[in-house]
Amino acid sequence: MLRYFVSKLLISVVLLLGVLTLAFFMLRMTGDPVALMMSRDASPEEMEAFRELMGFNRPVSVQFLDFLSKAAVGNFGNSLHYGMPALPLVMERLPATVQLAVIGLLMAILIGVPLGLTGGLNPGSPLDSLGRFWGLLGQSVPSFWLALLLILVFAVRLRWFPSFGADQAKSVVLPAFVLSLAVSSQILRMTRSTVLEVRGEDFVRTARSKGLNQATIYLKHILRNVAIPLVSVIGVQFGYMLGGSIYIETIFAWPGMGQLLSQAIGWRDFPLVQALAIFTSVVVLALNLATDLAYALLDPRIRYGK
Amino acid sequence: MAVILEVKDLVTKFYTLDGVVNAVNGVSFTLDEGETLAVVGESGSGKSVSMMSVMGLISSPPGKVEGGEALFYTSQGARDLLKLSPNEMNEVRGGQIGFVFQDPQTSLNPILKVGEQISESLMKHLGINARDARLRTLELLAEVGISDPELRYDAYPFQMSGGMRQRVMIAIAVACTPRIVIADEPTTALDVTIQAQIVNLFKQLRAKMGVATIWITHDLGLVAGLADRVLVMYGGKIMEAAPVDLLYDNPCHPYTIGLLGALPRLDIHEAKRLVSIDGAPPDATIPINHCPFAWRCTHAFEHCWNENPALTNVEEAHQVACFHVFEKGG
Amino acid sequence: MASKTFSPKADNRLEVKTTFKDRLAFLARLLWRDKGGTIGLIMFFIVVFAAVFAPVITARDPLDQDLINSKMPPAWEEDGSWEQPFGTDSLGRDMFSRILYGARVSLTVGFFGVLIAATLGLVIGAIAGYFGGRVDSLIMGPINLILAMPYLLFVVFIAAILGRSLLNVILIFGITDSPIFARVARGEVLRIRESAYVESAISAGARSGRVIFDHIIPNLIGPLITLATFEMSAMIFYEAGLGFLGLSVPPDVPSWGNMLAEGRKYLVNDHWLTTFPGLAIMFTSMGMNLAGDWLRDVLDPRLRRSRK
Repeated sequence: MLRYFVSKLLISVVLLLGVLTLAFFMLRMTGDPVALMMSRDASPEEMEAFRELMGFNRPVSVQFLDFLSKAAVGNFGNSLHYGMPALPLVMERLPATVQLAVIGLLMAILIGVPLGLTGGLNPGSPLDSLGRFWGLLGQSVPSFWLALLLILVFAVRLRWFPSFGADQAKSVVLPAFVLSLAVSSQILRMTRSTVLEVRGEDFVRTARSKGLNQATIYLKHILRNVAIPLVSVIGVQFGYMLGGSIYIETIFAWPGMGQLLSQAIGWRDFPLVQALAIFTSVVVLALNLATDLAYALLDPRIRYGK
Repeated sequence: MAVILEVKDLVTKFYTLDGVVNAVNGVSFTLDEGETLAVVGESGSGKSVSMMSVMGLISSPPGKVEGGEALFYTSQGARDLLKLSPNEMNEVRGGQIGFVFQDPQTSLNPILKVGEQISESLMKHLGINARDARLRTLELLAEVGISDPELRYDAYPFQMSGGMRQRVMIAIAVACTPRIVIADEPTTALDVTIQAQIVNLFKQLRAKMGVATIWITHDLGLVAGLADRVLVMYGGKIMEAAPVDLLYDNPCHPYTIGLLGALPRLDIHEAKRLVSIDGAPPDATIPINHCPFAWRCTHAFEHCWNENPALTNVEEAHQVACFHVFEKGG
Repeated sequence: MASKTFSPKADNRLEVKTTFKDRLAFLARLLWRDKGGTIGLIMFFIVVFAAVFAPVITARDPLDQDLINSKMPPAWEEDGSWEQPFGTDSLGRDMFSRILYGARVSLTVGFFGVLIAATLGLVIGAIAGYFGGRVDSLIMGPINLILAMPYLLFVVFIAAILGRSLLNVILIFGITDSPIFARVARGEVLRIRESAYVESAISAGARSGRVIFDHIIPNLIGPLITLATFEMSAMIFYEAGLGFLGLSVPPDVPSWGNMLAEGRKYLVNDHWLTTFPGLAIMFTSMGMNLAGDWLRDVLDPRLRRSRK
């Protein structure tokens, strides 16, 4: 298992390097990063000064090495808008996004797993149909639209929840719910299909041939085998939530990384955008690594395997 | 010898999207105490499905046992296994009738320790606690020929070889000293050398426990040294039923003759071509009321196409379902 | 009566040539069995119909501003009129026609985006899967890298850099989505290549080209079509999302995403500016997801076998 973990770690490091490279070159995609970051009516002298300041006049390879070496110590330059180092600005937004994602994930699990289990154990039943409909909705409803509708109904008309901000404890409910919708649908589908698959496995038939009662077969044989891939799915979905909350945070004015991203885009503050992209990727990569580790611990074939 | 299991007119169908599959079309046989009955047939003959129907292991959609009886004779008299409630059936399965499946790779739960998978059966049927179950499991592991039972108890299936896994399956099947063990092609997925070991193990256990065995196989060669009686199945029906010696000395049904002809024999010294039976098994979704073997039978004649032959005695203890045998002198 | 002699080779499997009519009948049977798929396909065709025949369905120009009648509610509410069944937006443009024309943007993005992604992905993935070994690792390395990254983030990043245009959106989606197709294509090619019957074909002397065309490509079409349906639905989503952030097509072009961005400003009082575009997206997406689910079941190799 140590070998498994080390190999996953190495892959993560390679991925990280890839992310850094990609982020570096994306800024230079249009050819001139200065034109990207300055306003349209900047004078050539201003642009030249900016270019010198940011070091864009150096050869690309030099810039790249400089970028990497600075990135290694967490220096992603200064935000153009704030005039301060970009990374700390990003990191201070992390807790809010994590909070939103955690609550959203809990909601998604509470909705998706039970429905998926009943659907898989009793396919064709009314609850299964409900579950599958929910699964369809979750995939088909745009999150930003739902957010707006929910604000209209629950915040403005009914006044049950605040329509923006993170000031009160219940501020988290609406945004977390919207975030959880798509994820719960994925979790539901995965749970359901895994249960269906496991149920048809030979070892379940063996369990029945031993005369074990239904509850034992469900809990000990079926569900345990379902739980393992499910943990993996949940981990991946959590990663999506962390990296994909831009719409919801923007609409609900939730002070997380997503909101900062849309603001930074509006300001054309590309150093900040770049820092956000890289940092979010790091977080997601770390999460994937943790998920892989959890999976390895749970599945004896990997834990004790070669 | 007392009869321990009596199956009458078993019918099992599968309702699939492609049609209704008539897997078992009226199967009747008896099993005596301590007897080893071999059930021989090709894929699709209904041999596995019949036995799984008796055990109630058919997945209920899409399968359905539609007719017949499976009388299990115990000290409390005869009980029709097909009519038992789920709870009652759960008592019988594992406790009175054990099952050994074909593929040990997939038939064991991959994330449970091997010993636990045996112990859980003991705890359920014998009502003992975990510690006693563990001790008994260790004994069982030793009995099936697994070395270092203490160590192997905590092993996971993937850590074992195919032969060892099958031994574990056998341990599971015999754990509660059942009266019958049904083995569904237990050696098909194993190497030839391991096959011999498993067959020997079976013989040992059989001698020791006096358990009645139903051995399902497609390999007639295996049957010779193992079985007391043989059933030959085709198209969901029994074509021939005889004690093993009679079957080999005097095979009557054209299908049986074909199977035996296809068998390489060491004891026949003249060079003979292996005879294969032309054709393929019939499409089981089309219901027929004639002999299912008629298409492939070199002796088929008019009567074979008009009526389904019933099992009839051709000599003592030897039955055949074939018009040719009785009307055309076999 | 003479006894009939039967050739032992004859059995009850009738050899039938499956005619086109048979295949159609089979398809109809499948559709009837799974009504969800039928509904999905109908929904999809409604959207396509709306997009193609928009000028016929509504006489109103989606770009036609009528400031006097701006922010009119839908026909069934007070102050509404059936001239503008879905109401008008802040510049007086007819919502109904904007929705219909918006379908054009969404479907164009979805269709061409998937076309590019599928073609790119298919080629890359097939090469990786067919040749295996180092070629495989070399190709799949960057592919897996892209797949591991937070997708939305980078799409937004790139869109912000490139600027607003339909072409940019199509290219972005086409290129960033191709890894998914590549991975599926590679998986399928690997699976087929290692299957027994391809091995036997190759050992019987079939040339690579032959193997590819006769065996590999037919088996690839099914999963790719299914994937294409889902990805097209996803692209319509993402286009709307980008539009919402002001990163999709230029603001004057009627796209559902742009409409949502605008609608947000007037959410409280003029909800229909938000409701209808969202419903349109939901309708399209649902239809495609239902159709995709049905396609996945139909094109399952298990069912494919029984068709032959």
